[in-house]
Order: sequence, then C-alpha cells, then structure tokens
Amino acid sequence: MSERATPEATDESSAEQADGTADAPTETTATADQTPEERAADRPVTTGAESVIRALENAGAEAAFGVQGGAIMPVYDALYHSDSIRHVTMAHEQGAAHAADAYGVVAGVPGVCLATSGPGATNLVTGIADADMDSDAMLALTGQVPSDMVGSDAFQETDTTGVTAPITKHNYFADDPDTAGDMVGEAFALSEAGRPGPTLVDLPKNATLGETDREPGPATTPKNYNPETEATAEAVDAAARAIESADKPLLLFGGGVVKGDATETARQFAVDHGIPVATTMPAIGSMPEDHDLCLSWAGMHGTGYANMAITHTDCLIAVGCRFDDRLTGGVDTFAPEAEVVHVDIDPAEISKNVHADYPLIGDAGTVLEQVDAELAHSPDATEWREQCRQWKEDYPMDYATPEDEPLKPQFVVECLDAATGDDAIVTTGVGQHQMWAGQYWTFREPRTWVSSHGLGTMGYGLPAAIGARLAADDDQEVVCIDGDGSFLMTMQELSVAVREELDITVAVLNNEYIGMVRQWQDAFFERRRMAAEYNWVPEFDKLAEAFGARGWRVDEYDQVADAIEEAVAYDGPSVIDFHVDPETNVYPMVASGGANGQFALTEDQL
Amino acid sequence: MSSDETPASGGESLDAPRQSDDAPRNGLSGPAPEERPHPTGRRNSQGIRIDPEVEAEPKTRRTVLSTLVDHEPGVLAAVSGLFRRRQFNIESLTVGPTEDDDYARMTIVIEESDPGIEQAKKQLEKLVPVIAVTELDPDAIRRELALIKVDAEHPDKVQAVAEMYDGKAVDACSETVTVEITGSRQKVETAVEAFERFEIREIVRTGTTALERGARETADSTLADD
Repeated sequence: MSERATPEATDESSAEQADGTADAPTETTATADQTPEERAADRPVTTGAESVIRALENAGAEAAFGVQGGAIMPVYDALYHSDSIRHVTMAHEQGAAHAADAYGVVAGVPGVCLATSGPGATNLVTGIADADMDSDAMLALTGQVPSDMVGSDAFQETDTTGVTAPITKHNYFADDPDTAGDMVGEAFALSEAGRPGPTLVDLPKNATLGETDREPGPATTPKNYNPETEATAEAVDAAARAIESADKPLLLFGGGVVKGDATETARQFAVDHGIPVATTMPAIGSMPEDHDLCLSWAGMHGTGYANMAITHTDCLIAVGCRFDDRLTGGVDTFAPEAEVVHVDIDPAEISKNVHADYPLIGDAGTVLEQVDAELAHSPDATEWREQCRQWKEDYPMDYATPEDEPLKPQFVVECLDAATGDDAIVTTGVGQHQMWAGQYWTFREPRTWVSSHGLGTMGYGLPAAIGARLAADDDQEVVCIDGDGSFLMTMQELSVAVREELDITVAVLNNEYIGMVRQWQDAFFERRRMAAEYNWVPEFDKLAEAFGARGWRVDEYDQVADAIEEAVAYDGPSVIDFHVDPETNVYPMVASGGANGQFALTEDQL
Repeated sequence: MSSDETPASGGESLDAPRQSDDAPRNGLSGPAPEERPHPTGRRNSQGIRIDPEVEAEPKTRRTVLSTLVDHEPGVLAAVSGLFRRRQFNIESLTVGPTEDDDYARMTIVIEESDPGIEQAKKQLEKLVPVIAVTELDPDAIRRELALIKVDAEHPDKVQAVAEMYDGKAVDACSETVTVEITGSRQKVETAVEAFERFEIREIVRTGTTALERGARETADSTLADD
C-alpha cells in the first residue's frame, strides 16, 4: 500500500510526497501542466516503464485505478514520480476496471486501469468486457512475465492478449522498452477514436525494466485507422427525403450521441423539427426526460409510451445505437412499419440486427448537422406528436404506496432524485434496482447515468461510483443506487472510498432477493424461487460503519427523507440500507423476444 | 407516510410525483396489450421489413474474401477468432506473405447469405491490423493444392491418373507414391475421387488461394500508405 493510503490525506490533488515519508526527489516530478518537452527535459525516460507513464502523461491521463503486483511493479515504480496522474488503489482488479470505465464515461476521456499478470489480468476481464459491450473508452495496462518466460507457464502467467482479444477493440503485446510507450499512447488514442472501446497493453517485465532513452511520441491512432466522420452527400440526401415525408417520425438516441458529444446537436435537431425522442438505456440523459418531446427510454423495461412510439413510427431515425435485443425485443416486430435511418460511426453496425434503409456512416453530431442542412422542411408530425403525448397519459409510470405494504423502491429513487441536483450522477449495479433507477430518476444531462448495459454486470455500481467521483465536478453529487445482490459482489471497494475520502452516497434497495431473477421465476418458472432468495443478508448500515463509512437503515416511509438528507450532506462515503418491498416487480416489461408494443403492465399480462 | 404525500424535498421539487392512489399495487395502469393497436408489418431474421406472405430463408453462396493484413503475430488468431465468435461459416483460410514484407494476404472462403457476407467484410475491416478486404469476382483465379499419398502397388497407374489431372508424383518409395495436384477446388475434388481406386493413405489440402484476373487489384497494399 502506498503512502497515499493515509486517511489523513485530504488534499486530493496535491503531491503525497509532501508528507515527508517519500524519498522521491521533488524537483523531478512530472505535473499536468507541463508540455511533453518540459517533462522530457525535467525527467528524461530511462526505462520502458518510465516511457509507459510518460505516454500516459502526454496523452493527458489524470487518473488511474489499479492493484499492485509482481509483474506490474516496474510500472508502479515509474508512476511514483508522476504528479499529474492520481492513482487510486482498488480492493480488486474488477473494481479497477469498472472505476476506469465509469471515469471515462463521466470525464469523456479514456479511463486507465492497471493490474499485474495472471490473476490481476483475469480479474480485469469482466470490467474490460463490460466496457467493450458499452463501447466505453478505457485503457488497461497489465504486467506480464518476462518475454523469455512467456509460454512456459511461469508464475502468474496468463495469455492476457489471448484472453482479452475478443473483448477489446485492440490489444498489444509490448515487449520492447523502446516502443512500449508508443504502444501505450496508441492504445490510449485508439480507445477513444471512432467508436470507442477498451484497449489493452500487456507489458512483460523485461520491457518495463529494460533501459531506453526514447521519449514516446504523441498519442496517435494507427495509420490505417481512419473512421469516416461525414456521411456521403447522396446518403444524406436520400435520408432527408425520407424524413421530410414521414408522418410519424421518431428519433432514437443511442449511446453514440453521448459518447460522440453530440447531445446539443441532437437535442436541437429534435426541437427544430418537432420530432419525438426515445433513447436507449446508455443514452439516458441525452434528451432531458422532462422535455415535451422526450419519451424516455425504450426496450424491455422502457416506458410504455416509448415502446408504443417505436412500434408505430413510420420513420425511425436511430443515432449511435446498435439495436441490442433488450431494445428491439423480437426483431420481427421491431418498428415493423418504419423506414430506418441509421446514423453510426461503425459501418459494421449498419444492418447488423435491423436493416437500415438509409445508412449514414459518420460521427453522430456531424451527420445530424448534414441532415439538418439538407432538410427542406420538417416532417408534418402534429398529429403524431399529439399521439405520443396521449400515450404518455395512457401509460403513466405511476405506482401505489399503500401503508400496509413495505416501502416501495420507486419512492426511494424519486426521493433521492429530489434531494440531489439536476447534474447529480447515478451509478447502478444490475437488476431491478437498476431499472427503477433508470425509470424513476428524471435525467436531464448526459454523462450522469453510469450503468452496465450490454454486459449486465452485477457489482458495477460501487466501483463505478468511485471512478465517477474522480471525474465529476466537486459540486456534483454521486449516488450509487445498488441492489443487495449487486452490492455484495463488489462492496469491498467501500474500503477504497473511505481511504480516499470520496463523497459518494450508496442507496441499497434491499429486497433480500436477486430480485430480477425472482421476478422471472415468478413469471416463467411457476414461482420456484431457486437460488434467488437470500435468507440472510448482512446489515449494510453496520457494515458501512465497520468500513469507516456512515450507515443508515430505513424501513419506513417517514425515515426516507431524513436519512437521504443526512447521507447526501455527509462529506464522505455513506450507505443507506433501504429495506424495500421484496415482491415489487419491474414494469413495463417486454417479454424476452416479444413485441415492444405488447409490453406487460402487470404479471398476468406476461 | 400516507400515499398522497409528495416525495421529500431537498435540492429540487419534482415536477410530477408519480406515486398515485389509482395505480395498481404491483404494476402499472393503462390499456392491456390486447386493447392496444398493433401494426401488421413484420421483419425477417435479418431485420428487413417483409411481406409476411413471401418470407423465405436467404440463400447462401460461397465467396472469396481477400484480406490484406499487417504481417505480425496475432493477426491470424484475431481473424479466426472473429469467424469463430460471429459463427461465420468458414470453408478455408490460407495466409502467406505478399510483395511487401510488411503485409500478409489472407484468402478466406466463406459460405454465407448476402447479409452474412457483408457482415463478415465489415467485421474484418474493423480489426485494427486489417488493411483492406476485397470480395473477389466470381471469375477470379482460384487455386488449391493437394498432396495425395497412395499405396505404391501400381506406380504406373498412379502416374497415369496424376497426368490426367496435370499432377505429378513428388515422392515415391517402395510402399507409397505421393502425388501433387494443383487447380480449382472442383478439379482437386475430382482428382481425389479418381485416386480413391488406389489405397489412399493420407491427403492434405491447402484451401483456396486466389487473385483477381488482369489488371484488377485484389486487396490493394497501396491502401496501407494512405
């Protein structure tokens, strides 16, 4: 454990060497405001590991999350001298990957995680896969046994590039001290270029310990990597004609709108042309959910009105989405009467799951501007807008709070939303609580919803809150809405939040079930609640106190507001254990492979 | 707390609290599925809107994708991993050096529907070490090679059959003769059948390698320098 672990350290940005326990010569630390040339002059690179850290500094990395270990030690030793990169020691490498992922989502730059070889690298795998499924920019650096021992089943050796090949955008084996830094720079740049995704550089110990005086070049993408940013004029022309003539146009914003920083352009496009907007889950916040045109998110547990609109639209303008099965339900009944305009920077997404009548390959914001310029007039959608508004009335996201039943989780989410600012960041685990958080929190800003979508990783929420906290503005609240099952999977990261004095609020919607599984068992397995029922869960409030965080337990409606107020006000990690109704289900629900328009509002409709 | 109270205040007030006395106790209110309008349109398994009356399974066809890649370790694994994971039906894959030491050319024969072939091309192009992917014309030069080892009981007859297929004996001993056959896949297959009259001990085949005819470019290595 480094000297950064001292709980007394309060200034998050300052050099920890200042406490006098470190022996680093202070005149040679690299800082964030130096140019690459100044860094090189101040502290010339002497080893591969130093060139790796120099590459990160030059790329602008300001935070890294990781766990020490044998083969990555040289890299950590080089990190010791960097003042511009704040390292957070996580409890588990999975937490490091999720924290880096969430940091990237909130900051809009790649998050960095580090792990040693073997188990360190394999522990990262879930987090890398998660980032890959959600197209999140992230760079993983892994230690490796020396090159001449690779393949010999050496201690803590795993074929890391082999294991991670299917779940990275690209990975590298950097076995030369002269080029290790260049590879790290390239991997960093590549992870955020075009369609983002995780990259990994495997660093054998001989490359990081090896001598080199080569300063890494600027972080640039490989010369063959040149994603199209502008759609062709012909394609834009054809799509514009289709949009102009639509009677029931619908915009579908995907994660690409947020990742491509196209939120402002996309909102303007919707408003200027009076086109209702549904979003995917990763795009929550791309359109303010209290806006007249916003139908919130569509799909399995999306709103009834978004799913009605998707089912009846005659022109679906999908921007930066990949038509995941949780969005489409059965493809046969997905937007069955719509011509599909599909904007995406990844040509491989065009017509992968849903045929694109009008493919527009390029950057989300750029292409929307192109289409906007080409539209001679807005579609005449007055009746359609009225229809969408009517559906909002017909299918309200309401819920009852009868006094003879336990606390309703939806109520807790609404209270948390009410007690925090419009730009508060919400992270979640995976399950029922995640759906309620997405449904009952009114999101207004992009990069405020941080969740595990494609991979559906239980345990994502708490480490993600740690990563989000480091990327967020100081006055932005970070709330982790978790489930009891999800929280138990990564709750050891609470030790990190305490040690680093991170102001996060964890709200556990505790129903003592793997609730989503229990819901499915009730609906599809004749209520046989096999392995979904916890007959014992720890007292999370007391556990929080044991970690050094603050804890509350809430069972009654009249305790909710006070506990939330105190927890949010507390400047440090806090946990509220909300004991909520274990029998509450998530609705609406589109059965797996079913038709979006047939969403169930109650269990007997499934 | 009674059910008509609004959620607790703090930083902001809610525009419209959604808790409601009218809401069902476990679920939401609104018209049931059978009370809603439903469109009659449908899409097929490729996500293409169809007339439900005339839906048919898409036909597959065999085609050759010539793929220029960086000549470095791990590329073959990346390409084969992609075909495995996406479950593209791969017939053969050959790889070898090109006119430029920095690049290798992979010749991949797949049998897929048209959307499947398009997906395979786009997924290949996504791999960072892949420089160019070209689907070759049907009349491209396609060759494969087979080595066929048979019993040496009737060496003259083996030689005669080999000559029928422009092949030649490349190894012989008292027990076996090994014949090399080069040509189109179909020619190699009929040759193998012809040799079945002898006792075949072992066969090895290379899979297809192919190049465009005339001045047409296969997968253009000049792309790498753009």
